[in-house]
Formats: sequence, structure tokens, C-alpha cells
Amino acid sequence: MIGGLFIYNHKGEVLISRVYRDDIGYVQWEGSIRSSSSYLSPPSPPRRNAVDAFRVNVIHARQQVRSPVTNIARTSFFHVKRSNIWLAAVTKQNVNAAMVFEFLYKMCDVMSAYFGKISEENIKNNFVLIYELLDEILDFGYPQNSETGALKTFITQQGIKGQTKEEQSQITSQVTGQIGWRREGIKYRRNELFLDVLESVNLLMSPQGQVLSAHVSGRVVMKSYLSGMPECKFGMNDKIVIDKAGKGGTTDEAVKSGKQSIAIDDCTFHQCVRLSKFDSERSISFIPPDGEYELMRYRTTKDIILPFRVIPLVREVGRTKLEVKVVIKSNFKPSLLAQKIEVRIPTPLNTSGVQVICMKGKAKYKASENAIVWKIKRMAGMKESQISAEIELLPTNDKKKWARPPISMNFEVPFAPSGLKVRYLKVFESKLNYSDHDVIKWVRYIGRSGIYETRC
Amino acid sequence: MTDSKYFTTNKKGEIFELKAELNNEKKEKRKEAVKKVIAAMTVGKDVSSLFPDVVNCMQTDNLELKKLVYLYLMNYAKSQPDMAIMAVNSFVKDCEDPNPLIRALAVRTMGCIRVDKITEYLCEPLRKCLKDEDPYVRKTAAVCVAKLHDINAQMVEDQGFLDSLRDLIADSNPMVVANAVAALSEISESHPNSNLLDLNPQNINKLLTALNECTEWGQIFILDCLSNYNPKDEREAQSICERVTPRLSHANSAVVLSAVKVLMKFLELLPKESDYYNTLLKKLSPPLVTLLSGEPEVQYVALRNINLIVQKRPEILKQEIKVFFVKYNDPIYVKLEKLDIMIRLASQANIAQVLAELKEYATEVDVDFVRKAVRAIGRCAIKVEQSAERCVSTLLDLIQTKVNYVVQEAIVVIRDIFRKYPNKYESIIATLCENLDSLDEPDARAAMIWIVGEYAERIDNADELLESFLEGFHDESTQVQLTLLTAIVKLFLKKPSETQELVQQVLSLATQDSDNPDLRDRGYIYWRLLSTDPVTAKEVVLSEKPLISEETDLIEPTLLDELICHIGSLASVYHKPPNAFVEGSHGIHRKHLPIQHSRSGATTSVIPSQGDLLGDLLNLDLGPPVNVPQVSSMQMGAVDLLGGGLDSLVGDKILLITTCSTLQSAELVLFFMYLIVVWLPAVKAKGLEICGTFSRRQGHMYMDMTFTNKALQHMSDFAIQFNKNSFGMIPTSPLPIHTPLMPSQTIEVSLPLNTIGPVMKMDPLNNLQVAVKNNIDVFYFSGLIPLNIFFVEDGKMERQVFLATWKDIPTRMNCSTRLRNTVSGKLQSNNIYTIAKRNVEGQDMLYQSLKLTNGIWILAELRIQPGNPNYTVRELPQRLSLSNRGISCFLTFPFALDQGSPTFLNLRATSWVLSHTTGTPFDTLF
Repeated sequence: MIGGLFIYNHKGEVLISRVYRDDIGYVQWEGSIRSSSSYLSPPSPPRRNAVDAFRVNVIHARQQVRSPVTNIARTSFFHVKRSNIWLAAVTKQNVNAAMVFEFLYKMCDVMSAYFGKISEENIKNNFVLIYELLDEILDFGYPQNSETGALKTFITQQGIKGQTKEEQSQITSQVTGQIGWRREGIKYRRNELFLDVLESVNLLMSPQGQVLSAHVSGRVVMKSYLSGMPECKFGMNDKIVIDKAGKGGTTDEAVKSGKQSIAIDDCTFHQCVRLSKFDSERSISFIPPDGEYELMRYRTTKDIILPFRVIPLVREVGRTKLEVKVVIKSNFKPSLLAQKIEVRIPTPLNTSGVQVICMKGKAKYKASENAIVWKIKRMAGMKESQISAEIELLPTNDKKKWARPPISMNFEVPFAPSGLKVRYLKVFESKLNYSDHDVIKWVRYIGRSGIYETRC
Repeated sequence: MTDSKYFTTNKKGEIFELKAELNNEKKEKRKEAVKKVIAAMTVGKDVSSLFPDVVNCMQTDNLELKKLVYLYLMNYAKSQPDMAIMAVNSFVKDCEDPNPLIRALAVRTMGCIRVDKITEYLCEPLRKCLKDEDPYVRKTAAVCVAKLHDINAQMVEDQGFLDSLRDLIADSNPMVVANAVAALSEISESHPNSNLLDLNPQNINKLLTALNECTEWGQIFILDCLSNYNPKDEREAQSICERVTPRLSHANSAVVLSAVKVLMKFLELLPKESDYYNTLLKKLSPPLVTLLSGEPEVQYVALRNINLIVQKRPEILKQEIKVFFVKYNDPIYVKLEKLDIMIRLASQANIAQVLAELKEYATEVDVDFVRKAVRAIGRCAIKVEQSAERCVSTLLDLIQTKVNYVVQEAIVVIRDIFRKYPNKYESIIATLCENLDSLDEPDARAAMIWIVGEYAERIDNADELLESFLEGFHDESTQVQLTLLTAIVKLFLKKPSETQELVQQVLSLATQDSDNPDLRDRGYIYWRLLSTDPVTAKEVVLSEKPLISEETDLIEPTLLDELICHIGSLASVYHKPPNAFVEGSHGIHRKHLPIQHSRSGATTSVIPSQGDLLGDLLNLDLGPPVNVPQVSSMQMGAVDLLGGGLDSLVGDKILLITTCSTLQSAELVLFFMYLIVVWLPAVKAKGLEICGTFSRRQGHMYMDMTFTNKALQHMSDFAIQFNKNSFGMIPTSPLPIHTPLMPSQTIEVSLPLNTIGPVMKMDPLNNLQVAVKNNIDVFYFSGLIPLNIFFVEDGKMERQVFLATWKDIPTRMNCSTRLRNTVSGKLQSNNIYTIAKRNVEGQDMLYQSLKLTNGIWILAELRIQPGNPNYTVRELPQRLSLSNRGISCFLTFPFALDQGSPTFLNLRATSWVLSHTTGTPFDTLF
């Protein structure tokens, strides 16, 4: 299991260091006093300084990091980086590698939930809290309950002196309980929930307009402000569910609803969702955590609505000039508006000057980013726009050809490119007297560009 | 209020100030001071001198302060064990606190203080906490047992904590169950065969129930544990799979991968024709693809695992090649891994797409990635025959780019393509030759030279080309020199008239001016071949070469199977078995894929089931032990091949038969001795070097040691002491060194041993820790005792007793191991007695008994296949892994059984003869 956890700043200075296992090297604070235990106790192995090893071999390494897992002298280091902070987990055993990374991510989530952005300053300001958290969420290197909702009930930095016995046992039963993500006795005057369907549409297109790969990765984020322990049921236009339901009705209905249904390649759920029930009935039922959380993630690859099409045309005129023409076409209902559109056209490193003409929006050559950035605030569906540019090049001796990175695009559209629709979200709370109808529900769809690239 | 200010105090006399503050009357001041101490500790300052002052602050009802003090204690207790005792009372008191959070905190912290004296006090509170009414305390106590086991394994067993831990598997709280499983799994790793977890269908059911209810981390512990279970039949395997599959939709990628591991293992047990088998295969693919939309680090772990899965079961992801296309923004480590998987999935159906991608990648910036992409094109050509033509033209396009490293890489792969499709693409040689000057890497130069030599008859100016390389012959790398030599000889054989001068030149360069023996040897061979018999030379040098295949870069199947058992773990990321990167006992136990029972016909023929055996034994040929086959003198001094495989067990020693001069006659004593090793190197012991070995002579055990004084002062007052060990081994007499040891003097001593000392289980079992004292200091070392010195002379069992006990032994205790060409006489000289012998299907079966000093009997069945030529050295690694496992069972099993009463271990062994290419049999005992 995890032997120790270190947090470094960008210089490689240790901000937090917590050692869980003896087998990994200690920080200097091992002390120089030799063990005075009995004559026959086995000699302790020489300790290498794990903290320094990571700094020297990874943080200060001249080369780009070639792997998130590094093995130095039979010690494995897992690291993730958040802005300029390095989090490293260290072990000498054959641990579950996926678990270590998931834990590090979780650790970041917990820290952000407690004190916001993960920065050197915030970490220094909260180091006592971090040690307290590390003591709680990792025991002998085994991750324990790390849900912020539960942790916040008893790790407060205020001391827990004034608790009654009931409160204490409530805390422990929540931390260890089956519903570790929600506490009892939540009350709201207004029961309300918000569902956001957030999708990112990814595309890789060949210069000829052939789709090389396209997929939507979507998330359903829920903000729940519900009293008690509500039982929820979420329904969407999942093809498998609709086909199953359609069998009962007339074929007409099945065809009609079948058109709107989508084929989900795969989905994963927050731990509150009963997976066995999903597996057997494909119904999504759960008791939600309080506040905001990610209910599910999904991926679709079929029948994706690609909101934009990019048509590039790059022509090399001699050795010192490039002509670029890019057309973008919006491909959705004319009544809808896409926003924050940005097209990024890469330019060679030896560009000396660029002249741009565009029909709509603003375009600028950004030398520091080696790209022409074309921004359009809004664009309705079924429209077309064009940019043309002349790029002057400095003659170079460099034999190496320009790599021609793909043209990438950013945008935001008010619909789900996968075609996903929320059909219902039912709330049942038997103990409190509010019903499904009393809950105010909001649903919103946002489609964003993920990696939306067209090769040129 | 912020805490960062604590980091900034950096004055002189800081410790002194802190000391004063820690003793301040005001509680708040003290808390501030402790925070400063912790901050100093974090940045690496030594604040251990404040120990008593910090411990004084422990008696507080402020939980935050208490936690800080505990944190300090965990780090410094080891350096101040006597002071740490001061804290014990407070811990014991806290374990009784009405607040469960405080009880748990106390038991959690106590386990982290690795001081022997404290651990003793820990037992009682821990026992109570394991039965605490609050689940939070119980789950913490469960982990604490693992901590304690790490400090003092014997105590955990003696105190019965393992049983309490096992009881917790049935706990009502899922998190308690999960932590208990985690703790037990870890503990059982150091006892590979003890079946600590006691995985029976009932317990499995409990685990599967807890799986639905516990936290994501708990699910990982449980799934990892489940993967070690071997279902008894396919029905059970299927029902477990059904309950594990829902986990594939979990948001936590580690849960998903651990579930994949369980399913991949149990798939082995399901019949291939069944519907369920195929449904399961289909279910595995989407979650694996989803893992690739996670964060890059998890993607990396997933890709390394997918690489294994694709090799094991290519059908799962064969439709999904597109998701492995590289994205421009992927981190380089993700790109490289994706590329690898793309090639594994490439097939005739998708080759066009793959090639288009690869061509795209070959124009990227990262040099490593580009090279790999070019190599990938070559691999596609070799893998998918239909695509070869297109691959070659793509490679030619790339060569036209003139990017130096692309050209070189392309030439290397083109050579491989020529090896696969000879006489097909020579038309491109002209293009290749144009780039001759730009090649500066040895690989590329060698490849080009090989091509020129191989197709010398079609290249008009082949002699000129090769001659150009010859100019700087001595500056080239060995690889290039060797290739060049061969290429010129080929050229000469093809065009003898024009190139005589050239070949003489290269032969003299290789034989006379070179210091490299390989090169010289090769040069001489060619020279003699050419001068004596040019026709034969032609046959040898220009013979047809075997075609290469794409399988060369696949992971070896046994390793692959082992890695599949480690999906999700570091082993699967490194693509190495755990013992390659884990120290100590944790890695020794190797995992194997379960074997489907209906398919295990081959195994059953080797190990007869109990019923068959009963019959067999009644028909035993109870004649006297047969004559030992003469051992050829060829094997004298043969270094044991098995030694490499045993390294993990016997440390770094190489087994060597030391008494080889006596090998000719089997009647002579053939006691197997272990190579003398350096136990204590001089650098570690202030100039004292001890090396030695163990032996058994005339019924007595000895430790033969050589003491060497490598220091500049004399050494005297030697004494030796053993730590408690598994066999209770202690020296019979004091160390017989009576005179001082002068500088650079060497003395040999033989220390008689007996086994009446105190017993404590060691890990590994045959580990012995020794302390040696002299006038300078006390030194410690440890060594492994070869097990055979414990085999006692009265290990011969009555035939009838043997028969009776053999029948009584439950089959599940069988473990089989494979020994090679074992000879009963030799065995006997090592106190392994042959009780009976019979012949089955041309194989000799030996039934044997031996007895260990601690009264444990071991019965064994040995199968010998005399002179079986079918086994060749090439099969060695596979066999080795088996024998390895068998012997580790052998070592650990007797100990798990009761020590006092004679207990029996049924060790069935199969042996085989290895024939070397020269026909030399290799030979060893273990």
C-alpha cells in the first residue's frame, strides 16, 4: 500500500510529508540517534532519502516527464501535478496503481473543497488541516472514506469538544456507513434540484472531411437541495430502456421513440448509484449527496451531431509564403445560437508576418502561440463563415518540415450533441411530507468542444 | 488565521524558544508552539530534542492539539523509545474514551509507533477495540492488526488477533469488512500458503454482499482479494462474475480495473462455447474504452493494462482501434502507449486507417514518438502481409522528408521488411543508397550494410559502397563492424572476381588489428572457410535465413498470465513480475491463472487423484532401491541451471555441487553444499569479513565460516549469537576463536550447531539472523539456511507406516514440484530415503520420506523419466517457475502445521531430465 505522501512546490521543496510505512526512506527528521534496542534486533536497512530521490529524478529532471510512475531504487513514485504543486505517493510494494492515482485525485478534490485552489500558499496556510486529513483518509496507506460531505462533519479545525454522544455516533456511523456521502437530518424550506447535462464533443477529421474519430463524453452534474434522505430515480432516452419499453406498446410508438433514443457506449456512476440495479434493470436509482456532485459520466460514438464543420485549405506558395483559407459551417437548428467560438489555425515557427481577412468576428495572429486565433461571439445554426490568411515565412535552412498541427476549435452550444434527453428525475421521500411534485427541478444542456480538430 | 507563518521562523536558538513556548501555561500558546514544531519537522529540521516537552502537551482535551502531538510522536518515537513510553498511559486512557473518534485515533496512532515496548501495551486496547460497539473504531482496529503484524508478526499470531480479524469479515458494517479484508490480504502475502483468508464459498458470499455497500476504496480491497480466489467449478465462477460485472460502471477507475482483473481470471474457467462467456467478453470492452477518457495518469495505467489484455484476449478490443488514435495534446507517455496498442490491434480490416495515422505521427515533433511511429509502420508490414507494399511506399515517402532520425529509423525497419519478404522490394534499394551519408547511428548503418551485402549482386557499386564504410572501420561500433565483415564476405562470394582485395582487407582488419575477440573469431572463421572450401562457405554464408515474424515483441506467455493476475497493480504498469521490483517476502509468491478443470487432463495424468493413488500404492513394487544410474563425468562442476530460478529463495547464492570429484560413484557421500558466500562484507563491519556456508556431517550440523580481518588493527574477543529462528537453531559451543585476529589474517572455524534453542517463525522460513561481536563493535548479518541440513538421519519410515500415512493425507495438501534427474543414492546421502519404487509407463516413481530436526515428516513421490530427450533447455524458464513455487511451498508448508506431533506433508514431485544440446545432463538436488 501507499508508503508515504509528499507535496512539493515547483522548486522541489517539501511542503507536506507524511510517512505511513517504515519501508520507504525517511525525511531528515528520522534523526541521527541510533536505535538503542536490544543487541539482537535485526539491523535496520540503510535508508535512502525517498523525498530527495523524487526531487532529483523527477522534479529537477531536465527531460520532460516520460511517465507518471517512476521507479527509483526499487521505490515507486506516483505523481500528479496541480498548477505548480506536485503530489507524490511513494511505495515499495506492488500496489494497485489505479487506486493510488484515484486517491491522489480525490486528495486534490478534498483539499479544494476545504480551502479552494491548490497552491503553495494555501497549502502552507492549511498544513495542520492537511495533516489531519491525511491521518483520516489514509490509514497505514489504505484509503479510507474520503467524501468531503462526511469529512466536513468532524474535521473542522475547530475541535469537536462540544458534541453530544448522539452526534458522535452519528458522525461515526456516517463515516463508516452505507450512505457515507450524505448525513441525516438535512432540511430545506424549498426542495430544489438542478440537472446539468454537460457534454464535450471530440472530433478528429481528415483534411478531406472524413471523420477519423468522434465521440461525446458527457457528464450529468446534479445540484440537489433536498430534505431528508430522498430516494431518486433518473431516466433518460437510453436506447436500451426505450426499446424495452417500446416492446409493450405499438410498433409506431417504438419507432417514434426509437428515433429520439441514443445508444450509450458506456457509462459510469457516482458511488451513490446502485450499480447492481443498473446492471439488472438499467434503472438509475440513488440517494444523492447534498449539494453539487457528478451523477454520471457517459460516452457515445453513434449519431453524434457535429455542431461545426471545418474546411481547411493550405497552399504553400514557394518557400516563403503560405496561403490559408478556412471555412466553418454550423450544423444545427437555425433557432439556436452557438457561443464563444474560437478557431485556432497554427502557423509555422518561421512566420514573419500574417495578413488576415475574415467575414465575421475578429482574427489575430498571435506570434507567441504560433497561431492565428479567430474569435466569433455568436453564430446561429446553418450558417457559414470564412477566413483567409497569407502567411509570410522567413527562409530557413532547417531541413525539418513543419509538423502542421491540426486546426482546433472551441465553442459552446445549448444542446447535447449526443442527443441525450433527460426524461424524468423522480424524488421520493417517504418520511417527510413532500412529494415529487413539490420539488422544483431545472434541467440545462450545454455542449462544449472537447478536442475538436481538423487536420490540414 | 493562517498557518504559513509557522514556516517562516528561522532564527538561531529556535529550539530553545520552542521549548519555552511548549511549557507555557496558556493552552493556546502551547498549541501554537506544537504547530511550529510540526512545521519545522515538515521542512526537515531535527526537532527530536523537544520530545519530552511535546509529549507533555499530550494530556489535553483539545482534539486538534492531540492530533498534532500524535503526529510528532509517530515520527520521533522510534528515536526515543524510552521517552515514548511516557505516552503509553495517555494512549491506553484514550482507548477507553467515551468518544469513538478519540478511541479510534488512539488505536490508530499507537499502531504507527514502532517501538517494541509500546507494542506490548497495545495488545489489550487493540483487543477491546476490535470488539468495540462503534464501527468506526472497529474499522480502525482492523488496520491496526496489519500494522502490528508488520512490527511483530509472532505476537499477532500468539495473541489471536488473526482470528479476531477473520471474525470481522462477517461484520455488519461494510467498511469494517473491507478493512479487515485489506489487512488479511496484506498479512497473508507473507504466508503465501497459509490460507489465512479462508476463502470459502460462504465467505465469498459475504464479500460479494459487502461489495455492494462499501466505499469505493473498500470495493477495491474486496475485488483484489476476490481475484485470489479459485472457484471450484464454472458455475461458481459464473455466479461470482455476474455479481462483479456491475462494478464495471463505477466512476472510480481502480474499481473498474480490479473488476476487470477478477473477470479476466475467471474467464479462464468458463467454457468457451457458452453464451455467458461471449457476453462477458462483450461487456469488458466499453469500460476499458471509458478508462481512456479519464485523467492522463489513469489513462496511462489503463493503457499499460490494455496492452496486456490485448495480448491475452485480442477479441475484446479488436473493434475499438479508433479510440487508441493519438490526440495532439496527449502527454507523451499516453501517446507512446497508444501507439503500441494500435500495432497490436492492427489487422487487414483496419490497416489503411492505421497507416494513415502512423504517417501523420511520423511528422510530429517528439523524437521518441516519431521513431516509434516509423518502427510501427515496419511492424505493420510484417504483421499484415497485404499491407506490406503500402507500408514500404509510406516509408519511402518518409525517407524523402530527409529528416535525419526518420530516415535512419526507416532504414532499420526496411531491413526487417526484407527479412520478412525477401526478394520483393529490392527496387527501393537505390533510394536507400542515396541516404548513405546521412546515417550516423550504428543501428541504421548496420541495417544499410546488411541490405547492401544481402543484395550485393543487384547493386552495381556494392563494392564501392561497402568500401566507403571500411575507411573508418576501427571507429565503428562492434555491431557495424560485424555486419560489415559479413556483408563483404557475402559480396565476395557473389562477385569473387572484383572483390578479392576488399575481402582481404576486411579480414585483416578484423583479425589482426582488432581487439574484439568476437570480431576476430568471426574473421578467422570466414577466413578458414573461404580458404579451405569456398563451396561450403557459400552454403554457410549465403544460406536461406528463417523469416522473422511479428511475435518477437510479445510478452512471454507465462509472464503474461502472471501479469494478468496483477491487473491494475504496479506489476501491470511495469510489465514485470512483482519480485522484480519489490523487496522482501511480498513478491515471492507468484500468481497463476486458474486452470479449467475439464481441460486439465494433462495435469491429472501426472498427479493421480486420490482414488487412483490408493490402487497404485497397493501395487507398489516394494523392492530394494534400484541402482543409481551412473552419472557421467561430463557434469562435473556443472553450475546448476536452476540456481538462477532459486535466487529469490536462497538469496544471491548460486547452488554449486562442491563435491564433484566424488560424483563418479554414487556410494560416496554426496552432501550438497552451498556455495560459500560473503555474509558480512568488510565495508559494513569495520573491516571484518565473514563468509561461510552450512553443512551436515555425520549427523551434526555445522556453520563453516571464514573470518578475515581487513582492517588495520587487530580484532579480539569474538562472540556469536543467533536470533530466535524457525528451527530453534543455536550454536553448541562458543565461537572457537581464541587468539586475536591480526590485520589481513584469515581464520577458518566450524561452529557446531543444534536445534534446541527457542523457536520463532522467520520470514522466509529458513532465515537466520546472526550477531557477531568483537572488541570493535557488534555486527549483524542474516543468511538463509539450506533446508537440507535439517534432514535427519532417521528419516526412513517403515513401509507400512508410509503406506498408511500416505493414504491419510488429504489431497489438498499436495503440492507438486519438479526436480531434475534426482538419484536416490544421492538423496539418501542427504537423508532423503527411498521407501519404494515402481515403474509406470516407463517412468520411475520413487516414494520417499524425510524428517526434519523439528520432527516434521515429509513424504514425497518422485517421478523420473530416464533420459527423456523431449525436454530441452529451451523449456527451462517455464519449468523453473513451477519448481520455484513448489519449493517455496515446501519451505513454508511444514511450518504451518503443528510442530509437536508428527504431521505429514505430501510432497509429490516430478522430475525430468534436461538434455543439453551437447547431451550433458544437468543435475541438482533442489
